[in-house]
Amino acid sequence: MSPARNAEFEVIDVRHRYGARTVLDMPRLDITGGETLGIIGPSGSGKSTLLRLLQGLERPTEGAVHVCGAPMPFPVPLLLSRRVTTVFQRPLMLDRSVRDNVAFGLQVRGRRDGAAVDALLDRLALSALASAPARHLSGGEIQRVALARAMAFDPEVLLLDEPAANLDPANVARVEAIIRDAQARGRTIVLVTHNTHEARRLAHKTLLLMEGTVVEVNATATLFESPSDPRTRAFLAGELVY
Amino acid sequence: MIDNILRALGDPALMAVVSLTFRVTGSALLIAIALGVPIGALAGLTRFPGRRLVTLVLYTGMGLPPVVVGLVVYILLSRSGPLGPLGWLFTPAAMVAAQTIIAFPLVAALTMSAVDAVDPDLRLQVRALGATRWQTGWTVLREARIGVTAAIVAAFGGIISEVGAVMLVGGNIEGHTRVLTTAIVLSTRQGDFALAMALGIVLLLLALGANAVLLQLQGRSR
Repeated sequence: MSPARNAEFEVIDVRHRYGARTVLDMPRLDITGGETLGIIGPSGSGKSTLLRLLQGLERPTEGAVHVCGAPMPFPVPLLLSRRVTTVFQRPLMLDRSVRDNVAFGLQVRGRRDGAAVDALLDRLALSALASAPARHLSGGEIQRVALARAMAFDPEVLLLDEPAANLDPANVARVEAIIRDAQARGRTIVLVTHNTHEARRLAHKTLLLMEGTVVEVNATATLFESPSDPRTRAFLAGELVY
Repeated sequence: MIDNILRALGDPALMAVVSLTFRVTGSALLIAIALGVPIGALAGLTRFPGRRLVTLVLYTGMGLPPVVVGLVVYILLSRSGPLGPLGWLFTPAAMVAAQTIIAFPLVAALTMSAVDAVDPDLRLQVRALGATRWQTGWTVLREARIGVTAAIVAAFGGIISEVGAVMLVGGNIEGHTRVLTTAIVLSTRQGDFALAMALGIVLLLLALGANAVLLQLQGRSR
């Protein structure tokens, strides 16, 4: 694990509101190119909102998200937006076959790479379902199709929102193997998870978010083994009720 | 009566009426689809000031009485009307124009509703997968295809069966602007119920056939 030191994202003085409610208040966050940042925190702490800002799906109410050193322009230019993709917490399938869903990102880029699609279907144990209508799959299968759909075009930045939630151990291993391969290729990954073990296994750095603010961000081993903030200690000990 | 109906069905003049019905309704439907699907999709996909007003106008347009449409088109195309120089009155072109005006709001409004009903999160997810604005719109429209097909079916049903507008602007001229519905009116008035029934059967079969084709397309796209 030797991530490059260039800043992929810099979140600068961002305050994001839905109506009167501030959902994110982040004076500064740097995400380095090639690193995996784990984001942990209770439900409703702003984790998914942060991913939406990084993807450029929403514009921060105040402040800016910088991408590769420059403020993210709105509307986000295609070349910039195509570097990044998100696997959403509640992935929605297109009314097409599993294979066509996985190939969608390639298709919109005018590319065809049947071998890449087949390889992903195989690695995520979805080959037998390739021709099945994707909307008829179970929740766990849909989650794996969503990851395959995001990986098919090998984006430079992956924003993963609970990619292995509700999966059985065998499928968690499959999903994590795909994520590790992306790490080995130097991809930047932001991994939102409720599962602290998952963050521990995969993230170079981990951030604890609570009520829209950063409690602590540190190297994963440091954050888990010697957290500096008492709230982090309490959260990791499962003491905070949320 | 049955013998008379069968004889009427074999009448060569019937083919001319059926053919014109198909050409007029088919042309009007194609124009309404070409205009109504993109406009309905755009209205369903975007949020803009006055969207509610557009929705209100389209919904009201769905209930336009055909005879009123016929009257307005008649006035516009009459010799002293603003479109009089086109010379369309009492021609199939005038009938196509009237039927297009009836079909357009049905196609546009129901397409808008179908697109609007697609989960807005799906649009975000499609964008996050790298789709351009156009690709996103097209993908959402494709997701709404069952509703869009229903819009086309409703518009087809509305215009193939209407009589008031085509009667007014076409004039029901034999061999020139006579279509199935106006022919039924004339036959009934003349007391030729066998011919009227034969025409009615043909009209129903035509509607059945066209809807079967549309449903087939809907099924194939799933």
